[in-house]
Amino acid sequence: MELARAHVLVCGGTGCTSSGSEKIINALEASLKEKNLENEIKVVRTGCFGLCALGPIMIVYPEGVFYSMVTPEDIPEIVEEHFLKGRVVKRLVYKETLTEDEGVKSLNEVDFYKNQMRIALRNCGVINPEDIEEYIAYDGYKALGKVLTEMKPQEVIDEIKKSGLRGRGGAGFSTGMKWQFTADAPGEQKFVACNADEGDPGAFMDRSVLEGDPHSLIEAMAIAAYAVGADRGFVYIRAEYPIAVKRLNIAIEQAREYGLLGKNIFGTDFSFDMELRLGAGAFVCGEETALMTSIEGHRGEPRPRPPFPAVKGLWQKPTLLNNVETYANITAIINNGADWFNTIGTEKSKGTKVFAVGGKINNTGLVEVPMGTTLREVVYDIGGGIPNGKQFKAAQTGGPSGGCIPAHLIDTPIDYDNLTAIGSMMGSGGLIVMDEDTCMVDIAKFFLEFTVDESCGKCTPCRVGTKRLLEILNKITEGKGTLEDIDKLEELCYAIKDSAFCGLGQTAPNPILSTLKYFRDEYIAHVVDKKCPAGVCKALVSYKIDPEKCKGCSLCARNCPVGAISGKIKEPYVIDTDKCIKCGVCESACKFKAISK
Amino acid sequence: MKSLAELEQIRNRMANKINVRNEAGEEGNTRIVVGMATCGIAAGARPVLTAMMEEIEKRNITNAYVTQTGCVGMCKYEPIVEVYGADGTKTTYIKMDAAKAVRVINEHIVNGNVVAEFTIGSDK
Repeated sequence: MELARAHVLVCGGTGCTSSGSEKIINALEASLKEKNLENEIKVVRTGCFGLCALGPIMIVYPEGVFYSMVTPEDIPEIVEEHFLKGRVVKRLVYKETLTEDEGVKSLNEVDFYKNQMRIALRNCGVINPEDIEEYIAYDGYKALGKVLTEMKPQEVIDEIKKSGLRGRGGAGFSTGMKWQFTADAPGEQKFVACNADEGDPGAFMDRSVLEGDPHSLIEAMAIAAYAVGADRGFVYIRAEYPIAVKRLNIAIEQAREYGLLGKNIFGTDFSFDMELRLGAGAFVCGEETALMTSIEGHRGEPRPRPPFPAVKGLWQKPTLLNNVETYANITAIINNGADWFNTIGTEKSKGTKVFAVGGKINNTGLVEVPMGTTLREVVYDIGGGIPNGKQFKAAQTGGPSGGCIPAHLIDTPIDYDNLTAIGSMMGSGGLIVMDEDTCMVDIAKFFLEFTVDESCGKCTPCRVGTKRLLEILNKITEGKGTLEDIDKLEELCYAIKDSAFCGLGQTAPNPILSTLKYFRDEYIAHVVDKKCPAGVCKALVSYKIDPEKCKGCSLCARNCPVGAISGKIKEPYVIDTDKCIKCGVCESACKFKAISK
Repeated sequence: MKSLAELEQIRNRMANKINVRNEAGEEGNTRIVVGMATCGIAAGARPVLTAMMEEIEKRNITNAYVTQTGCVGMCKYEPIVEVYGADGTKTTYIKMDAAKAVRVINEHIVNGNVVAEFTIGSDK
């Protein structure tokens, strides 16, 4: 890499790639060449910056100018004005970063970033993930060097224990304890493995780490292998993450080339190598025993625990299995010390947590905050609030295994124990924000549809039980439910929780239980009043025209796709509810707000 | 990778190449700004800029970076180079060329001595 006077960092994460960042990079390179600037200005493809809603994102250093929603057509202007003449193209700069006098302020002062603390995501959007030397420049592989040359395996485990780090994959088990169990398990051959089978709908933090900072995973797995006495590692990653797979493969190749994987690393006796195993996209393979069965080459189904993986894991050998985000914290703990890490967060949940924030929120994207940050801070201070001035109704965490946090609990500090106490869970960190237009029964149905699809079928409670749950929910949303159905639903939820074989089934009823707990009135409205308060469940919605407001313009009738609206010009129109398919087109077409649900 | 020294070597080699991504004040960096408007470019600002960058690379300087700006407003003094020290001081060099640029890097940036004879104050 030559010395360049400016670096243009373009996000190459999945979010920005799908909004066209590859085209931006091509246009940039062509345009720089045209102006003979290609040796002065370096284009770097990085991982996720976190503000996916504003993609494609481009940051120009040394000024730190943040361009958002850039199109290939904008590139010649940016190159000509900014790179050649040194004048920032204000029109394309992210508005939040402009000061009142039209200056550009640092990214760290912007609301979205100001309240964040990036540990796991420290290198995402900062380095080129396909260049090991950039990772090294940001203190990469320093922790591995320190561990191998200065620390005994037990000292490493003690440090992790002392840090208070808990598994970021969902259940929140102490990482140090897990390492200890694996280290203590008898056996010559041991393995380390990484769960990168991120399957929760709406969760994408592991993908972002893999895409933006793959070496941090490799380094952490090598440290873990040294601590527990393993010499081989496996990353189980979903095939649906092609960019992550590609970057991780490049990173592993480079690490081998530099002798950071392989034999006698740093001239010590320690040898370690790792490989990828691609998952075919079954949600159940995120469950640890199913994941290992799948790595071994069998059909991904769970098996009973105990024995836990730490005792009998891959090929019956002791295996350490951690999640991507958990590993992403390891090198920071080694470099900065456990005493630094355990000052961050709450009493029992140390460090930070990455959330993939989506749904009804302005700043869709990736957010890393210290444990104990309240939901209000995440939604309003960082997330920029709810679009269109709507009211916050609830947030869903933990995906299909989690539950809802209703509006009155918005000031709950988010950590493992608080979320469990209010009937949700940390889960992997998907956070879906819902506003007044979201029907809670419909949300529960959405997650149940997912678990019914993804149940592996091994045990009856999950295979048959979730299907029955979904049938009852369908009945309720179609307006055919009764009060007894709600009781039956609840009873069945508890039965499945108690009897299902693995985590997938045991947690599958959570979305129903938590919506029942906080939004029972909505369920009752569906079965007693036959109404959907949010106006989502089509069977319970009927559109009508207010004859007082209707001017008889015929616009609704002309837009209706099924010809359900009729009338005479300049006289009130009427909707034939039998023909109506409740698509809502008439409501948005009416200029006089005469049509309502 | 056979030793920590080897890793350290790569880190040092890379340090000045990624330095540009550390925003100015944050890391105590010196910002060197070259006036690159039409007047500056016509007067020969580009060789000044490249000479400075080459010198920074050659000497592996990690506490300074070069950037550009538009017209400073004193076209008759171009090429103009402004040095913003980490301590908030500002030095303006005028009528620069590649050789002078190298001296500014060596004397001002490395040794911390302002090259008085090139500054705007020295122009009579």
